[in-house]
Amino acid sequence: MFELINLVKSPWHWSVAGILVGLTVPALLILGNKHFGISANLRHACAACLPANIPFFNYEWKKEVWNFFFVGGLVLGAFLAAQFLQTSGPVDIHPNLANDLAQSGITDYSSLVPQQLFNLENLFTWKGLFFFVIGGFLVGFGARYAGGCTSGHAISGLSNLQWPSLVATIFFMVGGFVSANLIVPFLLNL
Amino acid sequence: MQQNIAGTLGEYENRSLDTICVNDSLQKESWVANIKYGVVGLLFGIVFVKAEVISWFRIQEMFRLESFHMYGVIGVAVIVGAISVWAIKRFGIKSIGGEHIEFHDKKFNKGQIYGATLFGLGWAITGACPGPLFAQIGTGALVIGVTLLSAIAGTWVYGYFREKLPH
Repeated sequence: MFELINLVKSPWHWSVAGILVGLTVPALLILGNKHFGISANLRHACAACLPANIPFFNYEWKKEVWNFFFVGGLVLGAFLAAQFLQTSGPVDIHPNLANDLAQSGITDYSSLVPQQLFNLENLFTWKGLFFFVIGGFLVGFGARYAGGCTSGHAISGLSNLQWPSLVATIFFMVGGFVSANLIVPFLLNL
Repeated sequence: MQQNIAGTLGEYENRSLDTICVNDSLQKESWVANIKYGVVGLLFGIVFVKAEVISWFRIQEMFRLESFHMYGVIGVAVIVGAISVWAIKRFGIKSIGGEHIEFHDKKFNKGQIYGATLFGLGWAITGACPGPLFAQIGTGALVIGVTLLSAIAGTWVYGYFREKLPH
């Protein structure tokens, strides 16, 4: 029993995670004919709170409340896992990344979200403007412009062999490569 | 903003505009029935945390080609998803409510290039796509709520300028 608990508490292998994430697609379809994707919730939030007569936000968002339940569960699951299923100890990271981050003053790997970067004090600095506000804006704007995010295009879309989703996935990666290698190192030193 | 495509569409067409994840079911479900999607989300959240999918560090490693981890997660997920979708089509598997499960072909537009590139730029900065943003907040990183609000603002601005953007 102890071994099982320890196994659950240690970081899970990518293949286990991949299988479980992949199974979300048929699970939602079979449970209620729902197509898996997460960024649509951002749009439903706009439709529910601030439609402002914009046609793009004038639809029956209540038909999509299932997805609010899904992300509600997602938040709760993340909370439970962080509270009860985590071993304490630093996250394992590649030495080259550790080295580069150390030069920008990030040396604490105790949490999945680097606390030396994503904290309240940084929020009202130039760094914060980019890492929180502009970064988040690009994710929200880009996901809708692309017609889906990583879950909608890269998981649901590719599972259904849609070539436009492959195009989107490739350009997600292009943007990410440029950003992580050229932009993020610059932003970290702001 | 008066005369535009979205204004001339039917409810389903408008609701599924620029979106992959839609509710295809014609059945009305009670609030309680929606809890089952919450349970799937809950399990999904546990996986996200336990496999470090929501780790800012893992996303940097992926884009710096320093770790296979995220490629493994996404790759296996796509394979499992594709086999599932194939099986649903091949064997005509119905939903629990007895409905036929339909798949829609995605049309190409330039947003899948421009929008996706912008998304990628943001993804590496925040170290999170929309799912992990929610999960990071769940783990206690409440300050990520600002990032999420900003992502919602980005979505709103897209909706506002949608007809003027190249598609």
